[in-house]
Amino acid sequence: MTYSAFRILKEALTGHKGWGPQWRDPVPQPDYDYVIVGGGGHGLATAYYLASKFDQGRIAVLEKRWIGGGNVGRNTTIIRSNYLLDGNEPFYEFSLKLWEGLERDLNYNAMVSQRGVLNLVHTDAQRDSARRRGNAMILNGSDAELLDADGVRAMYPFLNFEDARFPIKGGLLQRRGGTARHDAVAWGYARGADRRGVDIIQNCEVTGFRIKDGKVLGVETSRGYIAADKVGVAVAGSSSRVMETAGMRLPIESHVLQAFVSEGLKPTISGVITYGAGHFYCSQSDKGGLVFGGDIDMYNSYAQRGNLPAVEDVMESGISLIPALGRVRLLRSWGGIMDMSMDGSPFIDRTHIEGLYFNGGWCYGGFKATPASGYCFAHLLATDRRHETATAYRLDRFRRGCMIDEKGQGAQPNLH
Amino acid sequence: MIINHPILGPRDAQEFTYLGDANLIDRPDWRAENAIKAFHDYLHLRDNPAGEHRELWFHEQGDRSWLVVTRDTLTHEITSVELARDVARERGRGK
Ligand SMILES: Cc1cc2nc3c(=O)[nH]c(=O)nc-3n(C[C@H](O)[C@H](O)[C@H](O)COP(=O)(O)OP(=O)(O)OC[C@H]3O[C@@H](n4cnc5c(N)ncnc54)[C@H](O)[C@@H]3O)c2cc1C
Repeated sequence: MTYSAFRILKEALTGHKGWGPQWRDPVPQPDYDYVIVGGGGHGLATAYYLASKFDQGRIAVLEKRWIGGGNVGRNTTIIRSNYLLDGNEPFYEFSLKLWEGLERDLNYNAMVSQRGVLNLVHTDAQRDSARRRGNAMILNGSDAELLDADGVRAMYPFLNFEDARFPIKGGLLQRRGGTARHDAVAWGYARGADRRGVDIIQNCEVTGFRIKDGKVLGVETSRGYIAADKVGVAVAGSSSRVMETAGMRLPIESHVLQAFVSEGLKPTISGVITYGAGHFYCSQSDKGGLVFGGDIDMYNSYAQRGNLPAVEDVMESGISLIPALGRVRLLRSWGGIMDMSMDGSPFIDRTHIEGLYFNGGWCYGGFKATPASGYCFAHLLATDRRHETATAYRLDRFRRGCMIDEKGQGAQPNLH
Repeated sequence: MIINHPILGPRDAQEFTYLGDANLIDRPDWRAENAIKAFHDYLHLRDNPAGEHRELWFHEQGDRSWLVVTRDTLTHEITSVELARDVARERGRGK
């Protein structure tokens, strides 16, 4: 079923009885050309691009629970390409370009909204580093604008400009950045993949791999054994658990990150604002709720729920940036499990097992990467070559001394 | 979370800084044949279990001692707290 204005009109006049399910619920086949483990944004996008841009083979996505129930449906939906390092910026810019054409490509309203992402600066040193980053972005074909305090004031007059310790001195603005509706991204990719023949199999947990003579033969699942020529794993926070069953130890720790939504307000915050003196980022959803978050909880966790100190810290940061937040009521909060890597950058790579590929280490920033991650992973799976924007995302980069450490924190995942 | 400090009794986890897996106590021998590989693994690879995890916490806003906390990463329940000093000595470190 193709969505169009005409279709909406027709359904409106006939009581919305014609909308069917958006994807099938197929029985797993005994074997596939490609099995993708994990039905999050990255797994679904991988299957979609494999089917639409690369191999036309038989493809399945195996999801432990329901699609969209992982981080793809838990994030604060910010999309941007404002990275500094060469290993990262071309990849994220590629992703942003894919976002720009996504809805037409998928025939699905993912509510991609390029409302601008503004990173505030509070010191001269921060301004210098913002300028450097902005230039790196422009050199990679992206867009960046450095605003002074008046420029920021014109956009967001209600911010705490005159704070004695952290006055707002300006900000780095990426106008093409913004937000997207996270669930719709999962659903759009799922529907697009399904329409191209991909089997999306939910309630199917991968419990191990069948490996012989250094080659993967298939996956053991809660719904039986499924053979596959190639297996791509994209399970985000569960990366270590799944790859452990293939005998691998990863440069990843799992941590919990929380997100928050306030009661609905009239339109107040037109874009995305990030605080430079604390960890806090905020935007406003189309329903009116303020969507915001901050630091991870700092300790290893698989609990999908956080603790109160992190909540307090986020609220304090938020109120110190936007004092008016003190009058707003918090509606709900939740957590998701982040695959925090040792340098804060991801992996899209082969493993030492032939036919087994790994995608992970997205930390708290993998939503914006969803289109490019899927595209580049599909490229690797189909051609056995790395996509030109993802050559640096290798599992052996620590051994080779080629870390991609945007923050320069070293091998301390909770600080990235 | 409350961490039951072996010397100071129950303390709010907020007083602590988290470092990570307690295997970081076992720094490899830099003179060993395979020191480069051992340091790579030591620094960058983690078991990252879902369940019981032994980990290092630093009592930064307290007595500045390092603790080895055994905690369940699925429930956040803490089952044992030891002084890292004692654990390191048991493992033959810091003589
Ligand atoms: C609170 C929060 C805020 C965030 N904010 C942002 C943001 O503003 N911008 C941004 O870019 N990123 C953000 N992120 C990060 C982003 O959401 C993730 O990096 C990204 O979604 C991870 O990729 P995914 O969508 O494939 O993960 P997921 O949706 O988690 O997909 C992984 C899937 O694998 C499945 N799985 C696990 N184990 C198995 C198994 N054994 N067998 C089968 N299936 C399995 C899981 O059930 C899950 O559905 C945020 C994350 C959180 C939690």
